[in-house]
Amino acid sequence: MAHLKTYAVLTVLLMGLVFLGIGCTGTDSGEEAGPAEEAPAGEEQGISIKGSDTVLPLAQYEAEQFMIENPEKSVTVTGGGSGVGIAAMIDGEVDIATASREMKDSEFENAGVNGITPLEHVVAFDGISVVVNPENPVSELTFDQMRGIYNGSISNWNEVGGEDREIAVMSRDSSSGTYEYFKEAVLLEDEYRPDALTQPTTGAIVSEVSLNPNAIGYIGVAYLDDSVKAVSVDAGDGFTYPSPENIISGDYPLSRPLFFYTDGEPEGLTKEFIDFVMSAEGQNLILEIGYFPVQ
Amino acid sequence: MFNRNYKEKTIESMLFVVSALTVFILFLICLFLFRDGLTLFEDVPFLSFVTGKFWYPTSVNAQFGLLPLFLGSLVVTAGAILFSVPLGVASAIFISELANPKVADFLKPFVEILAGVPSVVYGFFGLVVLVPFIRETFNLATGQTALAGSIMLGIMALPTIISISEDAISSVPGSLKQGSLALGATRWQTIYKVTVPAALSGISAAVMLGMGRAIGETMTVMMVTGNTAVIPSFPGGVLDPVRTMTATIALEMGEVPQGSDHFHALFAVGSVLFIVTFLINLLADAIKKKYRFKVD
Repeated sequence: MAHLKTYAVLTVLLMGLVFLGIGCTGTDSGEEAGPAEEAPAGEEQGISIKGSDTVLPLAQYEAEQFMIENPEKSVTVTGGGSGVGIAAMIDGEVDIATASREMKDSEFENAGVNGITPLEHVVAFDGISVVVNPENPVSELTFDQMRGIYNGSISNWNEVGGEDREIAVMSRDSSSGTYEYFKEAVLLEDEYRPDALTQPTTGAIVSEVSLNPNAIGYIGVAYLDDSVKAVSVDAGDGFTYPSPENIISGDYPLSRPLFFYTDGEPEGLTKEFIDFVMSAEGQNLILEIGYFPVQ
Repeated sequence: MFNRNYKEKTIESMLFVVSALTVFILFLICLFLFRDGLTLFEDVPFLSFVTGKFWYPTSVNAQFGLLPLFLGSLVVTAGAILFSVPLGVASAIFISELANPKVADFLKPFVEILAGVPSVVYGFFGLVVLVPFIRETFNLATGQTALAGSIMLGIMALPTIISISEDAISSVPGSLKQGSLALGATRWQTIYKVTVPAALSGISAAVMLGMGRAIGETMTVMMVTGNTAVIPSFPGGVLDPVRTMTATIALEMGEVPQGSDHFHALFAVGSVLFIVTFLINLLADAIKKKYRFKVD
C-alpha cells in the first residue's frame, strides 16, 4: 500500500512537471518562432479564406487545385457562414471572406470603424431550383404561385394544379444566404409564412421532399438529384427548367451571385488566388463543382 | 525524501487549482453569455423579448420574441419526459429488482450503448423512419412535429434515467425490502410501496438530469421538429412543427452579422437556456436532499 501511494504521488507530480514543461516550451518556441515565421517567409506564402457554407466546396476545390499548381503556397479554407466570414475579415483575421449574400450596411459600418474597405468580387453564380416530390404531378410554377405558397395565401396543391393535399412548405433557416435570396427574388415585400418548416441544411430539405409527397422546398442546383423533382418556373417569360444551359445563358430567373470580399484591392497571394479563380481554368472548376461561371 | 506534510500540501493545492479551474471556466462562460445577451436590451425592451410572440429576426421590423422558442422547448421536453420516465423507471425496476442477474448483465451494456449513439444519428433515424411514420399515421402535411422530437429525445434521455434510477433502486437497504416481505407484502407491493419510494430521491434526480439532457439537446430536435417558430397550441400543438431554443441558436448563429441585435438576441436565448438548466439542477439537488432526509 505504501508503495502504491508513493507511486500515485509520483505520478501526479510527474504529470504536474509535464504540464509545466509544456507550458515552458510553449512560451519558448512562441518567442523564437514568432518573428522567424514572419520575417523571411513573409505573409506571401499563406492566405486564409473563411465564410459561407454554400461557397465552401467551391473555394476548397479552387484552393486544392491552386496548391497543386503552386506547391509552395498555401490557401486555408474554412466555413462557418457568410456572417462569420465577413466578421473575420472585418477583424482582419482572414484575407478573403466568402459570402452567398451581399454585405449588409451594418457590416460595412463595422468595417469602416476598423479601417477596412471591403471590395466585392463576383466569382460564380448559383442556381436555385424549387423542388417537389417526384410523385407530385405539379411540374411548373409561376412566380406568383410560388409567392402564394411561401407567403401563406396558397395552402393546397389543388390551387396550383395538383392533387388535393395540404402543402408542407420547407424553408431554410433565416440566416442562410439562400433564405434571403429566395425572399428577395420570390416573396418580394412579403414575409415567409410563419408555419413554414425551417430546415437546418439543404440536405435536410432534399431528404424531407424526397420522402414527403406534400412538400416543396428550394435548394442550390448543385444539390439536385433523382430523389426530388425540380419544377420549371415562370417569371413572366415562359417556363424555364433549371438546366445548366438555361442558368449560364441567364434565361433561368432564380440565380444569384457568389462573392469573395477582400480588404481593398487584393495584393500578393490574395490577388494571385482570385486571378486563378477568375481564369478560364478556375471558372471550369466552378462548373465541375455544380456552380456556374461568371459570364 | 522530502517532507511528508509538504508533499500533502502540494497535492492538495494542485487538486484545488484544478477544481477551481472548473468553477472559473463556468464563471467565464456565464460572464460572456450574459454580457452579450444583456446588450440586446439596449435596443429591445426586456418585456418585449420575454413576452414577444414572434421570432422574425431578419425582417425589416425585426422581432425577437422568446415565447415561441421557450414554449417549443417546453412542449418537446415535457413530451420527452412523459415518454421516457415511465419507460425508464420501469426498465430500472426490472433490471435491478426482477431480472435474473444474467439478463440484467445482458441488458445493462445495451442501455449504455444507447447513450453512446451520436445525436446526429438519432436525428437521421428520426428523419428517415419516425417522421414519415408520424405523417402517415396522423395524416399530416408533414411528420416533422413536436411529437417526433419528444419521442427521439425520450429515447435519448432513457440511458440517463435508467442508469441513475437503477443505481438508486439498488442502493435501497436490503433490510427495508426484507422487512416488507416479512410483513407479508408481495414482491410487487414491496417494489411500489417500499423500494421505489425509498429510492425516490435518486429517481427524481434521474428525471431531472434526463430533463436537462432533453432541453439542451440540439442536433436531433433540429432535424426532426421542423423548426417553425410559432407558439404551439395545446394539446393539438404536439402534432405541429415547433422550434426549440437550442435549435434556434444552432440554426442562426452561423450566418448572423456579429454584433447585431440578432446576434445579441441569440445570446439572450442562450442565457435563458443556461438559467433554465441551472434551475433544473438546483431543483434536482433540492429534491434529493428533501427525500433523503425522510428515508434516513
